[in-house]
Amino acid sequence: MVPQRVSYTMDSTLETVNHAEEVATRLATEAGFDDEDVMKISMAVREAAVNAVLHGNAYDLAKKVMVDFERTAHDLVITIRDQGRGLDMSKLPDPREEENLLKMSGRGIFLIRSFMDKVEIHPSHSGTEIKLTKHVHGPTVT
Amino acid sequence: MSMKTSTRQVDGVTIVDLSGRITLGEGSVVLRDTVRDLLSKGNKKLLLNLGDVNYIDSSGIGELVSAFTTAKNQGGELKLLNLTKKVHDLLQITKLYTVFDVRDDEATAVKSF
Repeated sequence: MVPQRVSYTMDSTLETVNHAEEVATRLATEAGFDDEDVMKISMAVREAAVNAVLHGNAYDLAKKVMVDFERTAHDLVITIRDQGRGLDMSKLPDPREEENLLKMSGRGIFLIRSFMDKVEIHPSHSGTEIKLTKHVHGPTVT
Repeated sequence: MSMKTSTRQVDGVTIVDLSGRITLGEGSVVLRDTVRDLLSKGNKKLLLNLGDVNYIDSSGIGELVSAFTTAKNQGGELKLLNLTKKVHDLLQITKLYTVFDVRDDEATAVKSF
């Protein structure tokens, strides 16, 4: 197959979150993932986009969200970058711990890690990059 | 698809039938407003029927938790009915299945209050 890549630069809005999710659903389906994996991939992308728009860029329209979808021979790789302050990795408690169970938030990154095969988070002073990888087991796109 | 709600009363229990997506934005806000409105009007026994909820994200999960604690803090009770497999699996992996009283039969659920 020929590697495929599409990139988007989007505003810090809820529409961006929905759009990123829709593209993820389409590309994951085209990549041959089954329905359950498509749901996991699109949800992971949605959660990462929410983090970028809400927690990273804080809905600041001057800041953008960059989303890359890359289909390689073996993987679907999605990279989402924001222009916020950078995710504080020390503030990612396990939402399944007793003291966190009834908290309203704090489950996004946990769900992303649960749904994807590989998750790399790179926070910096100029924003956070999160790279999501799902191995392709379904039919190969030619 | 956005979320829609309708409410009905069965033997003193308020059943909220939800359909669509409970996600950041409209869906979460609708759920929050619906539950708070019902509680403010004295409806303390709430049963959320999620049978037609086909998608929920972490914000939606947070709203369910918030609805649960809000009801409890106001002397009420909130239970869940008819989870789809997707929602069931999400509550399992987040360990919230142990927090909520989850039912799959409406008549039994109503009697449990």
